Amino acid sequence: MIRLEQVSKVYKTSTRPALENVSVEIDKGEFVFLIGPSGSGKSTFLRLLLREEVPSKGRVYVANFDVARMARRRVPRLRQSIGCVFQDFRLLANKTVAENVAFALEVIGKPRHTIKKVVPEVLELVGLEGKAERMPHELSGGEQQRVAIARAFVNRPLMLLADEPTGNLDPDTSQDIMLLLERINRTGTTVLMATHDHSIVDSMRRRVVELDLGRVLRDDARGVYGVGR
Amino acid sequence: MRASFVFSEVVTGLRRNITMTIAMIITTAISLFLLGGGLLVVRMIDNTQELYQDKVEVSVYLTNDVSANDKGCTADPCKGLRSSLESDPAVEEVVFENRDQAFERFKRIFEAQPELVKLARPEALPASFRVKLVNPDRPEVITQVYGGKAGIDTITDQSEFLDRFFNALNGVRNGTFFIAGIMAIAALLLISNTVQLSAFTRKTEVGIMRLVGATRWYTQLPFLLEAVVTGVVGALVAIGMLVMGKVAFADDVLADPIQAGVVKSVDASDIALVSPILLLIAVVISAITGYVTLRLYVRT
Repeated sequence: MIRLEQVSKVYKTSTRPALENVSVEIDKGEFVFLIGPSGSGKSTFLRLLLREEVPSKGRVYVANFDVARMARRRVPRLRQSIGCVFQDFRLLANKTVAENVAFALEVIGKPRHTIKKVVPEVLELVGLEGKAERMPHELSGGEQQRVAIARAFVNRPLMLLADEPTGNLDPDTSQDIMLLLERINRTGTTVLMATHDHSIVDSMRRRVVELDLGRVLRDDARGVYGVGR
Repeated sequence: MRASFVFSEVVTGLRRNITMTIAMIITTAISLFLLGGGLLVVRMIDNTQELYQDKVEVSVYLTNDVSANDKGCTADPCKGLRSSLESDPAVEEVVFENRDQAFERFKRIFEAQPELVKLARPEALPASFRVKLVNPDRPEVITQVYGGKAGIDTITDQSEFLDRFFNALNGVRNGTFFIAGIMAIAALLLISNTVQLSAFTRKTEVGIMRLVGATRWYTQLPFLLEAVVTGVVGALVAIGMLVMGKVAFADDVLADPIQAGVVKSVDASDIALVSPILLLIAVVISAITGYVTLRLYVRT
């Protein structure tokens, strides 16, 4: 599903590589935590998968895409097979919950009748039935993140990338979001989540890939955040 | 491609930057109005030139001696000149006008100024041949061949005067084009600026669009169309201004010379001819500007 082969990434503005000789393979349907301190390369890792960046060395495969070498005009196809969730939700303030979710489908040209059908379904899946017509500012942080997850998942992507999705949420709400991500993972969707949150990683006992200074420090099948941290 | 979606994005974008949109429409309109005005002047010059084409004459003035003594053009050199003019292939028609006829015509022309007529004597006016040419553009064929021949005093051709007249009109046209060009630069910069602003205010939207895999057309078409829509509206305003300018100004100010047949009026068909040109220019220029701006300033 995701395969990085000896990937290095050096930004022009920096002397130290953001990623150095990273090789990671993630199978379909896995749930993986990507952990490490700020600047360890988590974001670069995610950006490479989306082809927001191209690696300086090595190869990146996502689904059947040779991400680093694919033609630019095919990048939208790649991104349509990946759902993204962020710490800051990135909802459109002037659109309702339903419109925010529908937006993701409208801009890739899905027909209206499809949108009408799948938006309520996905809102129900994330537990927001009855809030379709609310504006984002009328929702709690947890609810906003659910909208973001609904938007990321509405096109049924093969994988979901989550960059600190609980970073702005209190522990209880974070727990709810994790349950939701687990539910999405159970539908066969690969979930890759970058996080700082010890308690979540420790309680979920899933695969953990730890990065430090751009290198893979460990890759545990059922890991915890780390001893003595 | 969902047209309704793109359309609603365009409308939202234009409404959000309403002040910029208006500024853009105004500058585009003024620039296109001036351009259209220039084009209409060109049309007017063409029409008026046509009007004068068959009226242009070369006047061959005869010497005082001939004017005084040969009222019927019955003796040489007058007679010889007449027959050689008549047989010249470049000449369509020759009319001899003796001193008395010239004086009659003078009186007719200056009817309104009897003092002038009173002062004038037939002796002051030369007899002449009024020569109509087959090709009115080339009066020099007469000047070159007949200049300096016995019995001829001077040869004047009206095209010299007309040239000056058309030079003035050409000057007006060039001036209008010049200002239109400057305004066009302002319009281009505004279009570019508005597209950037528009893209900036919709950074989040565009970011999400890219993330969920919208193609470049989906992310950029709304901005491009915004530029084109304002361009088209600007062109429509410019066309409206041209029609108003014709009705309120040109028809009024130029009413007398048009009546007198001195200049040809600008009519609706001329505006109808210029309008699609303006629209086309507006669409092409705004689309290109929008596209280039997006390429240069907006990450895809």
